[in-house]
Amino acid sequence: MEIIDILLAASFWEAAIRIATPLIFGVLGALICERAGVLNLGIEGIFTAGAMAGWMAVWLGAGLWGGVLVAALAGGFFGLIHAILTVPLGLSQHVSGIGVTLLATSLSYFTYRTALPDVSSPPRIEPFRPLDIPFLSDLPFIGQALFSQTAMTMLALVLVFVTGWVLYRTPLGLAIRAVGDNPSSVEAQGLSVYGLRIGAVVVGSSLMALGGAFLTMSAFDAFFFGMINGRGWVCIALTVFASWRPGKALIGALLFGAFDAFQVRLQTEVGAFLPSQVFLMMPYILSIIALIVVARKADYPKALLVPWFKGQR
Amino acid sequence: MSSAAHKSSETSQDLLLSLAGVTKRFGPLVANNAIDLTVHKGEIVALLGENGAGKTTLMNILFGHYVADEGTVTVAGRDGNLEQLEPGAPQAALDAGIGMVHQHFTLAENLTGLDNIVLGTEPIFRLRRDRSTARAKLGELMAGSGLNVDLDQPVHKLTVGEKQRVEILKALYRNARLLVLDEPTAVLTPQEADSLFAILRKLAATGLAVIIIAHKLAEVLAVSHRIAVLRGGAKVGEMKTSDANHKSIAELMVGREVPVSRRTPRAPGKPVITLADVTIDRGDSRRSLHGVNVTAREGEILGIAGVSGNGQAALAQLIAGLDKPDSGTVEIFGEKVTKFDAHTFAQNGIARIPEDRHHDGMVGSMTVAENIAIEDVRSPEYQKLGFLDFDAIRKRAEHAIADYDVRCPGPDAPARLLSGGNIQKLILARVLEKSPKLILANQPSRGLDVGAQSEVHRRLLEARQGGAAVILISEDLDELLTISDQIAVIHAGHITPAMPTDSIDRSELGLMMAGQKTAQHAPDGTTTTNPGETA
Repeated sequence: MEIIDILLAASFWEAAIRIATPLIFGVLGALICERAGVLNLGIEGIFTAGAMAGWMAVWLGAGLWGGVLVAALAGGFFGLIHAILTVPLGLSQHVSGIGVTLLATSLSYFTYRTALPDVSSPPRIEPFRPLDIPFLSDLPFIGQALFSQTAMTMLALVLVFVTGWVLYRTPLGLAIRAVGDNPSSVEAQGLSVYGLRIGAVVVGSSLMALGGAFLTMSAFDAFFFGMINGRGWVCIALTVFASWRPGKALIGALLFGAFDAFQVRLQTEVGAFLPSQVFLMMPYILSIIALIVVARKADYPKALLVPWFKGQR
Repeated sequence: MSSAAHKSSETSQDLLLSLAGVTKRFGPLVANNAIDLTVHKGEIVALLGENGAGKTTLMNILFGHYVADEGTVTVAGRDGNLEQLEPGAPQAALDAGIGMVHQHFTLAENLTGLDNIVLGTEPIFRLRRDRSTARAKLGELMAGSGLNVDLDQPVHKLTVGEKQRVEILKALYRNARLLVLDEPTAVLTPQEADSLFAILRKLAATGLAVIIIAHKLAEVLAVSHRIAVLRGGAKVGEMKTSDANHKSIAELMVGREVPVSRRTPRAPGKPVITLADVTIDRGDSRRSLHGVNVTAREGEILGIAGVSGNGQAALAQLIAGLDKPDSGTVEIFGEKVTKFDAHTFAQNGIARIPEDRHHDGMVGSMTVAENIAIEDVRSPEYQKLGFLDFDAIRKRAEHAIADYDVRCPGPDAPARLLSGGNIQKLILARVLEKSPKLILANQPSRGLDVGAQSEVHRRLLEARQGGAAVILISEDLDELLTISDQIAVIHAGHITPAMPTDSIDRSELGLMMAGQKTAQHAPDGTTTTNPGETA
């Protein structure tokens, strides 16, 4: 059975985790924003901005981790724009989010073209290398599938745990979960609704940008147009799939990664019978089906999309 | 009216809060006019007034949500010295030990009671939360006050009464010395209200000062030590509760004599709507009915008593034709209904006064006139050559405004500018002018002040007198007992057989609303209650 062979290969799981990494960053970011009550549709543009900014910083001479930092700052900047428009000003989160996506995407392309007016093929950088951890990387199967990923993938996995800890174990997480459900509960206890929401959106957007940076600095080694290719939107759907929980977000991202890795391998096996587009559609169709099954009972944060104004009862 | 100022028997040592000459203007409107109010330790003060009397504004000033134009707020510090409270700073009020329980609870429903209480009381940037200290302190508070509630349940699983306890605990956990409760009994069953009052008395005995904002008089008389009455932004009276009586306070609040609604005996006519063994199962007790039998007769008001969320919404949807039963039958004038839609039901003379008057009762952005005509745009009366006849609509609206005393700038004003009471009058005008056969009145006087309430009651009784059947869904026992001919109790989707109002005992009704007692239908067709089930 070819299908069983595909699923049992360590290289398949290595690919699945690699494909899942940007999604893990993205879903965590989206989840933090939405837990605080703000839908961030700027995600697609923030991915682009993170991909561009991180890569360009490295190309201009910064270290790889310097590039990661620059990407996070770029994400935070666009997150701040979205936060100011939607939190204190209370504008439509949909409109503002789409606006941020358009703005961040165009600014990224503009910067790229302005800095590199004459190049035809994008310049390459030296990206993150796969880790070679003594002992762990030599383990059979899991050594290749998990411990030979790059440092950014490890960072993503650690962030799943950190986000879960912050949300469920710290006073800050308690306040974020409260502000996404009933902002008045937070205000009545003397905390700042605006502060919490703006902070959550900025931090969440920084994480989204790391998802973009992973693409240009780890999965590939250059920036090119259209490379985000809807990954941000997938994250928005995966957030619902994950019921706004970091652990489930990891599972959702891995599932999507596995579907994607699977379709590539299936294409080579049975590609003669079906057009390749059918296989490309597969992960998206399967995500939609998974969403329909899971999201029917989705327990949305109650204050999601609802603007809150000071002094309002 | 003798409204002598309260002579405090306590020494100034016990003075906790003093508002002096507080004035607040919003443009030309004087919301608070030179109000003085003092509260002492261990004292329960009731702040009474109709909607718009300035109660909420005054409390918002106390909490620093508004800044007063004139006057001062002085609070005794924990060392006993009087200090002026920093205006416009909610945090200062919290720090001074003032706790507020809003009418709409400020709880995050996805969190547990404990989490809601602890929220914001510890430094926010810490790696861990310390729940054990909080738990210990809350254990003491609960034991001392009788405020028992399961703090590890997510708030959305708690009953309204339990949520209120969490709110009170929240204030006490922050060492509140003055507790302000805004309309605390509006959402409680009579039993829950009694238990709340017992707790408040107990807390007051330990030195906590309490201000209750209210407009239900009976309760205020039961629990408070002192009553202050506001009207039109000014304090019009203050008295010891022991010196006060129901009628005099009502008149002080309203500023004129309040007409008392009374039923005049009238023989009921034939059934208008009959629900037989109707079941609607939506998997959620709020929206389900189980084997319900209800009959509404001409010239009779049938009260449906119950705490909200027990299936009233399902019943109202069904009678308005917005939902259809899973099993059982509905008959209108003896004919079995096969087509469930709102238009057919309206054609049959069924009119509704919806529960959420702002959301379901009108369209805020449309004018008063349009809102009056909205249910009858298909009637030839409002049409000319197939188009809407706006002259006819406006004329009708002008009549309605005059007849029903709707206070508004005119028929062309957007309806959202109207106050709750005037919106309700607008809806009454729309509903009653059609001479309906059946009026479905869902919480028709909730949130209305004494004056508007008595107007609603008068109109419903008038319609009854004219031969209409009325189904009155309400949580307010006073309302039900005053105007209903028969009362049935709804609990968890079950409805008891209707009982004649004159035979009903108030406290039994409360127990039935809480589901602790069931009515039984005796074989001979009369209704008896079963005392054996009282816990």
